[in-house]
Amino acid sequence: MIAYIVRRLAAVVLILLGVSAITYCLLFLLPADPVDLLAGRNATPEMREALRQELGLDQPLPVQYAVYLGKLVQGDMGRSLAQKVDVSLLIAARLPATLQLMAAAIVASLLLGLPAGMYAAMRRGTLPDKAAMIASFAGVSAPQFVVGLLLLYLFAYKLGWLPMGGYGLANIILPALTVAVANGGWYSRMMRSSMIEVLSQDYMRTARAKGLPRWRAVLNHGFRNAMLPIIAMVGIDMGYLITNIVIVESVFGWPGIGQLLWQGIQRLDYTIIIGVTITAAVVITLANLLADLLTPLIDPRIELR
Amino acid sequence: MKRILLSAAAAIALIAATPALAQAPKQGGEAIITFNNDLTTLDPQVGYDWQNWSVIKSIFDGLMDYEPGSTELRPDLAESYTISDDGQTYTFKLRDGLKFHNGRAVTADDVKYSIERAVNPATQSPGGGYFSVIKGYDEMVGGAPGLSGITAADDKTVVIQLNRPDATFLHVIALNFAFVVPKEEVEKAGGNFGIAPVGTGAFKFVEWVPGQRLVLERFADYHEAGVPYLDKLTFEFGQDPTVAVLRLQKGEIDIAGDGIPPAQFNEIMSDSANKDLIAVGDQLHTGYVTLNAKMPPLDNVKVRQAINMAINKDRIVKLINNRGVPATQPLPPAMPGYDKDQKGYAFDPNKAKALLTEAGFPNGFATEIYAMNVDPNPRIAQAIQQDLAAVGITAEVKSLGQGEVIDAGGQTKAPMIWSGGMAWIADFPDPANFYYGILGCSSVGNGGWNWAGYCNEALDQRANQADSMVAAEQAAARTDAWKGIYNDLMKDAPWVPIFNEKRFTYHSARLGGDASLFTDPIHIPVNYDFIYNKDAQ
Repeated sequence: MIAYIVRRLAAVVLILLGVSAITYCLLFLLPADPVDLLAGRNATPEMREALRQELGLDQPLPVQYAVYLGKLVQGDMGRSLAQKVDVSLLIAARLPATLQLMAAAIVASLLLGLPAGMYAAMRRGTLPDKAAMIASFAGVSAPQFVVGLLLLYLFAYKLGWLPMGGYGLANIILPALTVAVANGGWYSRMMRSSMIEVLSQDYMRTARAKGLPRWRAVLNHGFRNAMLPIIAMVGIDMGYLITNIVIVESVFGWPGIGQLLWQGIQRLDYTIIIGVTITAAVVITLANLLADLLTPLIDPRIELR
Repeated sequence: MKRILLSAAAAIALIAATPALAQAPKQGGEAIITFNNDLTTLDPQVGYDWQNWSVIKSIFDGLMDYEPGSTELRPDLAESYTISDDGQTYTFKLRDGLKFHNGRAVTADDVKYSIERAVNPATQSPGGGYFSVIKGYDEMVGGAPGLSGITAADDKTVVIQLNRPDATFLHVIALNFAFVVPKEEVEKAGGNFGIAPVGTGAFKFVEWVPGQRLVLERFADYHEAGVPYLDKLTFEFGQDPTVAVLRLQKGEIDIAGDGIPPAQFNEIMSDSANKDLIAVGDQLHTGYVTLNAKMPPLDNVKVRQAINMAINKDRIVKLINNRGVPATQPLPPAMPGYDKDQKGYAFDPNKAKALLTEAGFPNGFATEIYAMNVDPNPRIAQAIQQDLAAVGITAEVKSLGQGEVIDAGGQTKAPMIWSGGMAWIADFPDPANFYYGILGCSSVGNGGWNWAGYCNEALDQRANQADSMVAAEQAAARTDAWKGIYNDLMKDAPWVPIFNEKRFTYHSARLGGDASLFTDPIHIPVNYDFIYNKDAQ
């Protein structure tokens, strides 16, 4: 078990190297120069050149990347080009909010997706099944910013039940629900097919044969088995989840790293973009690991090697 | 004499009879302002976008400022100033009893330190270049520890020596980049002063939770007695402009900082309930299309004039819901030097076609127009495209990110650029600020902002002459000189001036203050120091 975790953590380091290298190269392929934006409109060519040197942007790309990596190892993510503040400070201030929203979004997605999928599987081919699957299809397909704005308009503006944007306990419900509409829709479809397969298993027939009512058989034996692929999926979907969260944070003004990234992109703030990307990669890989560690708790037959 | 006395007596009687009018608003209450984006920084030597500009002005002060809601200079931290006869030495006397938010007294050394901080390359200030007129600038950029041109004669006297007379210098000294910061706090913050600002301004910093909110409270020792009127300012971030307007209507917030979104504009403006809640004011802004004077066939002045005549500005103004007025010249109407008699090129497609034929392009030509890819800019570029098509010019719209358009302009490799979303709002209310950086020879290419690549050395010379007229009695002559420069520039047609934007600020009923304070051309968009809360009255 410990050897497994160590091995996985070593893989995380490799992944981060790859992510940072790719992000770094992509940024420098952009046909735009951050110095143009930063130097101000009255800067002379000499001032722009001086600023380029000050920022180290005059160095060849591999040198810049090596310098960046060297600092990163020491926990220094550099300084924001536009804000002139330590990047690690900005990310640390915002990461908790993103983690909270991720957790809330996962719980909401499962609460929405699993029962819906289970219900559809048990009523397979009937009208409720078709309705649930059409709804999930719509949820998966609808753009997140549209869903977010619609929910906001209905629940916050028209009905006034929930606050409009901002940070807090009541404020997390709508953004989490917005993510759950997409991810939950996806999980409900997976849960449905997984459950249908489980329902046809011998042990389910055995459970019924020994006299268990249908709902108990489904809950005790079916649900736990059908859920396994979805738990694995939650881990695998982390990247997709973070992508949605970037959008949702911007719609609801949730003060997480997604919002920071979005603003960094608008300002060509390279160090912010790279810093947030690396942080997100760390979160994704660690969440994957966590999901893998959780599976044996649900299904003791699975062993981590 | 008698008449003067009488009117004076009448005035006194009037003031006595209406005490409420003569009295300043009572202090108290708060205001909540929302923005979509978090602020970048509150460091006055670093901040350079429309959003942090006015917040910084409320936390910090400079030697000079402007009358609230206007473009008229007045001393601020300085009590008075004198200018030497040759126009190269400025002597500022500081007010008595000036204090930083940390309680320490402000001295002349702080002024010197702050301007040097803007020039110091390590600060990476986007505004350092503004101080290039001060003696010792080149040396300091080259590594010298300070500016030899600034000396503190005593605790209260700052003497600044210039390389040449510069009529805009008082404006430069009023820029945020020259605002006074306490050295010990800058050093204590260890490079993160931008998120822990300490100044002398009307409001002092309380907290900034990134992405959530910034809280400022009234500075009790502020040098202007009775100001500011509000006790507390809260800026909430991450609020979509659409959401902000909905919250304003529910009474949850006071000012929608990002303005009214285009989709809701007509509905909100036509609602009579909002009549007193929307302040409308001029900005120092011109939206224009640059015509690349270095690139055939736009290097032909007739072609540039024809394009000026081909574009229907009224239609574009309608496209932006009449949030501006058609522009006739580079300078906006609120700017000194604006010429009311200059009518610009009238919309006349037939004359445009005739001019094109004269220039040798009877069947037009193909070209490109760059625009930033954020609404409404692509729509405006398309309107221009249609107008040009009507006179035979085929223009391909290149809708790109801000950085890419600025880059193309900086290398003068774009035939035409629509400036929307990028340029040009003046940094200070002086005609010179619309010239050197965007129309002068020195800003062509190499990342400069003269995207038209227009260089007229005779005009450059006249500009320098105008700016050497420093004495107060020369001010009118100087303004006239600038009028002449822009009128002659219009003949060369390096730009198509399209419109001058107006600002519309939507605020709650509980906030009071003149409309000009909510659309302040200097404290963009709102002068927080002088607005007040009606609940406190």
